[in-house]
Formats: sequence, C-alpha cells, structure tokens
Amino acid sequence: MAEKMYAGKSVSVTDEGYLTDPTQWTREVAIAIAKEEGIELTDKHFAVLEYIREKTLKGEALTIRSIGKSGIVDTKDFYQLFPGAPLKKASRIAGIPKPTSCV
Amino acid sequence: MEAKNHPIKKVMIICAKANIEDVYAALVMANGAVMEGIEAKVFFTFFGLDAITKNRMKKLHTATVGNPGLRMPGGLPFPTILGMLPGVEAGVSAMMKKQMERLDIPPVDEFLELITAGGGEIYACKLAVEMFGLKKEDFSEHVKDIITIGQFYELAAGEGTQIIFV
Repeated sequence: MAEKMYAGKSVSVTDEGYLTDPTQWTREVAIAIAKEEGIELTDKHFAVLEYIREKTLKGEALTIRSIGKSGIVDTKDFYQLFPGAPLKKASRIAGIPKPTSCV
Repeated sequence: MEAKNHPIKKVMIICAKANIEDVYAALVMANGAVMEGIEAKVFFTFFGLDAITKNRMKKLHTATVGNPGLRMPGGLPFPTILGMLPGVEAGVSAMMKKQMERLDIPPVDEFLELITAGGGEIYACKLAVEMFGLKKEDFSEHVKDIITIGQFYELAAGEGTQIIFV
C-alpha cells in the first residue's frame, strides 16, 4: 500500500494503483487516474464510473455482461471507452477494488 | 527471465468438442483474454462446430454417460445407468445452464457476442465444415470466417502467442 497524489489530493492505493478507500474518490481524482491510463474522461465515462461505483458499493459483483446490460453502455462501447482491459481500467478510475470476476 | 517481461499478447483457442464444459472452457478463456486486453481468436472444429451453428448452439449437452466427474445434486456419484434414460441428459444439461446463468455466465450466442464486442474473433474450420456439409449461413453472425488450419497458424504469428487446444 502507498500514498499517491492525484489532483492535489493524497489517496491510498494498492501496489497496482487501485484506491483502497472508495470514499477518497472524487471526479478530479478520476480525471487524474484516467490520464495515467491515457483516457480523457467524458460525461459518458462518468456515467459508467458512477454506475459501477454504485453497484460495487452495494456489494454487487461486476461483470462485463452486467455493465453491457446496464442501459448506460453496450459491451462494444464499454470496450471503446476503456480500451484494452475495460473492467480493470474502469474499476481503477472509479476508485473501487480490482475486479475479481472471471466473466 | 521474468514472466512479467513476456506477457501473453495473443491466445489462439481451438475447440473440437460440443459438450457444455468444453465449449464453455474455450469461451471463458477467450472472453477472459479479451477482458485483459489480450487478443483472442477461437477456432471451432469437428463437433465443436455445434457451438457456433445457429440451430445447435442453444442445445448443447453435457454427457451423462461416460462422465465420471458427474455428481448427483447431493454430491453422490451419478449412476451411469441413470444417465442412459431418455431425458436425463437434457435435464442435467438444463440444470448446468441454470447454475451458470446464476453466475452471470451467458448462453453461447450471447457469449460469442461479448467476445466479438471486445475484439475477439471466431472462426470455423474449413475441413470440418466441408465434412459436415455446412455452409456459412448455418453459422452464427459472430463467426468471422471459415478458414483452413494453415490460415489459423498465419493468424497466430507474432511474439507472445499461445495456442490452446480444448
């Protein structure tokens, strides 16, 4: 675990860069983490981030399938918004733990 | 030589069987790769073609005869003689699919859609297609092409590729 500065705010992160305390998350922190991932956040990104934060904080497990059925994005758009490894990247930017889902 | 310095960049998965567990092994591996940002291509051959054939993909079964791993719901071994009875294999298969749905594992057609939405590619083996007398239109819309094993190897080219046979 380590402390990291994002947008002038110190947050604690795991070795892989995931926030350990979701309450430390702000939109500015998200924008800064996204920049590290090479992503410029849009409203569409934030809609997804807020959706997965809400689900996770409620204790629901996230899958790409459930996000694709959320009505916010379809699977294809989700891959385009967070290219490469969407579930991991979106989780990191949303300030929630690294996903453990296999699907 | 640390593993981290040589990440897997591409997986080429060959699925030659039609039972639920083998088809899903291939699909979970392909989808898992795509989720991690790893290129994935799946080549269906022989009985594996059932998984991408429109009128068969929803009716995949698991074997209730000759399947020593199969258990009764309570955990007791599944008697082979029971598995021979009409309807038992369909019932067991339906139960398996229900369990998977509970874990958010989609049906085959939707799984193919997930994989291709993430950039994964699905292929049918030309030799097997000819052997079973199938045509392009018999296959799911998610099947990119019917290709030879030689073309499959061409697609496998590059550093960090793994070929996996299911």
